[in-house]
Amino acid sequence: MFARSRFVARRAIKFGSGSRTLSTTLPRRADITLTVDGKEVTVPQGTALIQACEAAGATVPRFCYHDRLAIAGNCRMCLVEVERSPKPVASCAMPAMPGSKVFTNTPLVHKAREGVMEFLLANHPLDCAICDQGGECDLQDQSMRYGSDRTRFHEITGKRAVENKDLGPIVKTSMNRCIQCTRCVRFANDVAGVEDLGTTGRGNDLQIGMYVEKVMDSEMSGNIIDLCPVGALTSKPYAFQARPWELKKTESIDVLDAVGSNIRIDSRGVQVMRIQPKINDEVNEEWINDKTRYAYDGLKYQRLTTPLVREGDRFVPATWEHALETIRHGLINSGAKGDEIKAVAGHLADTESLTTLKDLFNKLGSENLTLDQPFGDSPPATGVDLRSNYLFNTGIENIEEADAVLLIGTNPRHEAAIINTRFRKSFLRRGANFGLIGETFPSTFELEHLGQSAKDAETFFSKPGNGTFAKIWKEAKKPLIIVGSAVMETKDGAAVLKAVSKHVLANQARFLNQEWNGFSILQRAASRAAAYDLGFTPSTTSSSVKPKFIYLLNADEFDPTTIPSSSFVVYQGHHGDLGAQYADVCLPGSAYTEKSTTWINTEGRAQLGRTAVPPPGASREDWKILRALSEVLNQPLPYDDVLALRDRMWDISPTLVRYDSREIPSVELTKLGLQVLSENKTSQASGEKFKKPIEDFYRTDPISRASVTMAACSKAFTKGDYVPADVDEGATAQASYA
Amino acid sequence: MLSSSSLLRQSTSTFRPRSLPKSNLLRSHPSTSNPSPLNAISQRTNLIRSLATVADPPVRHYGGLKDQDRIFTNLYCRHDHGIKGARSRGDWHKTKEILLKGDSWLIQQIKDSGLRGRGGAGFPSGLKWSFMNKPGWEKDPRPRYLVVNADEGEPGTCKDREIMRGDPHKLVEGCLVAGRAMNATAAYIYIRGEFYQEASHVQQAIDEAYKAGLIGKNACGSGYDFDVYLHRGAGAYICGEETALIESLEGKQGKPRLKPPFPADVGLFGCPSTVANVETVAVAPTIIRRGGKWFAGFGRERNQGTKVFCVSGHVNHPCVVEEEMSIPLQELLEKHCGGIRGGWDNLKGIIPGGCSVPVIPKDVCEKVLMDYDSLKDNQTSLGTGAVIVMDKSTDMIAAIARFSKFYKHESCGQCTPCREGTTWMMNMMDRMVEGRAQEREIDMLLELTKQVEGHTICALGDAAAWPIQGLMRHFRPEVEARLAGFHAKHGQVLYGGKLLSDVDTRYAIPDNLGGDAQRSIAAV
Repeated sequence: MFARSRFVARRAIKFGSGSRTLSTTLPRRADITLTVDGKEVTVPQGTALIQACEAAGATVPRFCYHDRLAIAGNCRMCLVEVERSPKPVASCAMPAMPGSKVFTNTPLVHKAREGVMEFLLANHPLDCAICDQGGECDLQDQSMRYGSDRTRFHEITGKRAVENKDLGPIVKTSMNRCIQCTRCVRFANDVAGVEDLGTTGRGNDLQIGMYVEKVMDSEMSGNIIDLCPVGALTSKPYAFQARPWELKKTESIDVLDAVGSNIRIDSRGVQVMRIQPKINDEVNEEWINDKTRYAYDGLKYQRLTTPLVREGDRFVPATWEHALETIRHGLINSGAKGDEIKAVAGHLADTESLTTLKDLFNKLGSENLTLDQPFGDSPPATGVDLRSNYLFNTGIENIEEADAVLLIGTNPRHEAAIINTRFRKSFLRRGANFGLIGETFPSTFELEHLGQSAKDAETFFSKPGNGTFAKIWKEAKKPLIIVGSAVMETKDGAAVLKAVSKHVLANQARFLNQEWNGFSILQRAASRAAAYDLGFTPSTTSSSVKPKFIYLLNADEFDPTTIPSSSFVVYQGHHGDLGAQYADVCLPGSAYTEKSTTWINTEGRAQLGRTAVPPPGASREDWKILRALSEVLNQPLPYDDVLALRDRMWDISPTLVRYDSREIPSVELTKLGLQVLSENKTSQASGEKFKKPIEDFYRTDPISRASVTMAACSKAFTKGDYVPADVDEGATAQASYA
Repeated sequence: MLSSSSLLRQSTSTFRPRSLPKSNLLRSHPSTSNPSPLNAISQRTNLIRSLATVADPPVRHYGGLKDQDRIFTNLYCRHDHGIKGARSRGDWHKTKEILLKGDSWLIQQIKDSGLRGRGGAGFPSGLKWSFMNKPGWEKDPRPRYLVVNADEGEPGTCKDREIMRGDPHKLVEGCLVAGRAMNATAAYIYIRGEFYQEASHVQQAIDEAYKAGLIGKNACGSGYDFDVYLHRGAGAYICGEETALIESLEGKQGKPRLKPPFPADVGLFGCPSTVANVETVAVAPTIIRRGGKWFAGFGRERNQGTKVFCVSGHVNHPCVVEEEMSIPLQELLEKHCGGIRGGWDNLKGIIPGGCSVPVIPKDVCEKVLMDYDSLKDNQTSLGTGAVIVMDKSTDMIAAIARFSKFYKHESCGQCTPCREGTTWMMNMMDRMVEGRAQEREIDMLLELTKQVEGHTICALGDAAAWPIQGLMRHFRPEVEARLAGFHAKHGQVLYGGKLLSDVDTRYAIPDNLGGDAQRSIAAV
């Protein structure tokens, strides 16, 4: 509650009130019992009264309170009556006390709520008809319940008018509607790390803004749109597009990074209208990043909707039969045998299609299954025999417990923005410390830069020196090492892993025990963990073979020089991006919103995406295309429907189909895996600097590269070149329907 | 045991209230004049006892504080405010011995004295200070702070200003003594930014005290370390609220914090803190020196002590004066301020405790005593002891409307009721001044005040509501007359202040605009 400021929070840690010493689990808080509206309810000590009321089944209206944000207690809508309290109390700000008697349904409470509601509406414009929040507006909903049917506010001085702020290409503001709940301010400060958003002025002139007008440069900014209980902050790309009651809501999984954020796809007809977060406390809590939220318009552009066959220097639309026959001829004519038949799995390939592709290519006699990344044609440095070597073993929700975090070659802000918010949380609430070896980035927490290269990593472990972080690292009770996926894509990957695994094994009491696993690899591609789980990895000879037939499955990040001009290339995917350019045949697959497939996130958690809209044109689900191809190539695969396919996946690894649960690697297996890594004899660490794998957060994959919104974000935030909309023009445009 | 008389040092100054007119010296007051006949009677009854002569206890009259009982002997800055002058007035006398008495003894003395917070709320100080010494406080490694609220911004109030200007050493010594009582490590004096001279004087006093070894490491040679810092505010009224003051001191926007946690648990910089008013802190050393019983000897039960009153407005001699608690309001004005301008009958109303308390009309003024309980019984409050006197020339509606404007301007904007309510109330009050309102809007305004009152984080919402409630309670006929006058001149007024004559009557007027009101006030 008092962790409102960084200073206070850190202070509290320092003086021991919040720090935990002996026990390694959260101290179990005693339960208390109180009475809400005559009903007894038992809640853990320290619960806010509003939650105790909810637990008792009493609805308490609220605007400023949000269970994932700091408590402001300023909207005063949640007032309830507590016995022996002369005044009604704000239930969000009051801890539940044992034995207290709370009333949420008395005349005093009704009067208070109606009063607050009247004040909120006094200066709120009556523009619900043209407000994008309509239908999902807290103020609208609650005024139906607690508001008067007519106003008493007729002052000749009129209502308050507030200038709109331009927060960039994502958030549209209509500040007249603001009710000053400060949810956005608290989110920006506590979660997103944009400390410049705040309030200026006071009293009735209180405004939300940045004081100096500028864009809200955060990859999490879209969440303030969800948080805003009124229509003050709405979505710019979604402005005037749809009403919530028209939309079909499909719960699915995001694939634009490896976090596997749970999302809700809102669609109308065949079109995805918007993407919203779905609550999952173990993964993304209630947030999603802006790419997840806004890359959806990329699903409309640059799509492959029909099979294409190259004729000379152009593509000709073809039927599926013709395209598949062309591939068969291509394979035969290329004369490819064994490992000369090469598959490349891209970032957006789903687990089902990876399984089918692997099975098909194995049947064709090829082990040349490569990944769409630098060094993707050599076996991964992590190995794939033990899952703990390539997964985020700590678990996303557990990283908040880490007291010292060492990041190696990774920028969590861009590679896993959701995980980054957890770091900020642990930084603010627990005073966690962070060290970085790799390229620096503007982080949302304090960071000690310890070096640039694999050599620096080795040095840090062997001779840590006397830096602040090094000292904390030695003492840390729950230390955490996170190695970025980009490290494995350099020649130093094995060396870094060797140094890390040695260090972890040497300090295994602190790193590995029943409650804590402090060794994690952070993947950044949605398909990667699944590929490793399936064993979709190159053989030792893959890199030395010159391929004659190349199958690109959603592969758009490769280096074009790796594709010999003489080879026959098939591209299967949903966007006409890099891969399609080099293809002889393009097979239109479906994007993640158009298929029900399995995704394994960086923790190894299997989650099921669901079909929200049908695939456009002649495009098909990816695994079905490969299944059809196997028929044409006379190597039919033994599964005809997705259930049989998932049985096959179960045979490969049961974890692939144990949905929504995380298989936590045991301590013994983790140790075993680390021993394998530490015994690696091959390479020496070089002094070559690690590079950030993501230069432009907003353009990382075919979908976001096709998205107009992401292009605007890239211009505004990555390039810092945002041109605010002409304010005057906006004003006249509004006046025309005001 | 330290006897209070051993510490007692008579003030050598020839002090006389600045505004005491000669004519009033001649007037006799029961408490200050010659021995009462009652004494003679009681003596006689002691001698001759009989069953039938049980005398009523004498009716005690309050007021008429003697010079030797004044705590602030340089209130008018006529003497040296530096350490030399302060020592000559008894400050810093045997402070070491006081400190060595220990925290529980000091707090017991304050409890015995019946001192209640002088900042307005009137919370018993001994009790408040004891919150800092919860069982096991020694194990808490955090530093602990005394925060002195010198952000005196309540309109009408100017007592702390005079104290800091004339007797800054009393405040600094008070910080040390009160700080010792609550085992604080340092005191922060948050002084209002506009108080330039006062800040200079207090800073001078702090510097002198450091130099003389009275504060700082091993303060007064007692072995106790105590620092005093002065911080100048930036002039927001809300920063006088204790948690807003803490926020402001931490460098943030001065916006009240939620309670709980209370400052005694999590206060300044997240450490245990107590916020106390200047006057409360500054009287502490004298109370300790002369004994809690001495201080408790003034004023009625539960309202003991002396108090600095600031009288402003339509009196002949506005003044700041230290008086006994429970002095009748009328006596306070007649004795120290030369009475109401134009005589007592020219009085219209008095705001007895700064602008946040309701006004009381003349007949109430005649009977109230200036203490917490008496004023509370009369639906007002002692507040800071800032008496604002208004004679019959005052436009009471305009006066209260000005207060509404003040609160609208000073609302921090956090809580909905206060943010929206103060503006709305100000707009309505502005219309009432003119008379541009419907009669029913008076009740609506009162309802709005009820919707604000008690629904906010801090008391500013209450403070904005009370003056309007007081106005309507005692001066409603005047408001109604104002409205009637306007209606007679301009015709009917709709809700919100629009004239009926300005409305296009070809269209139906929604009935919630008051257009269907059958009568206008003017017609009555």
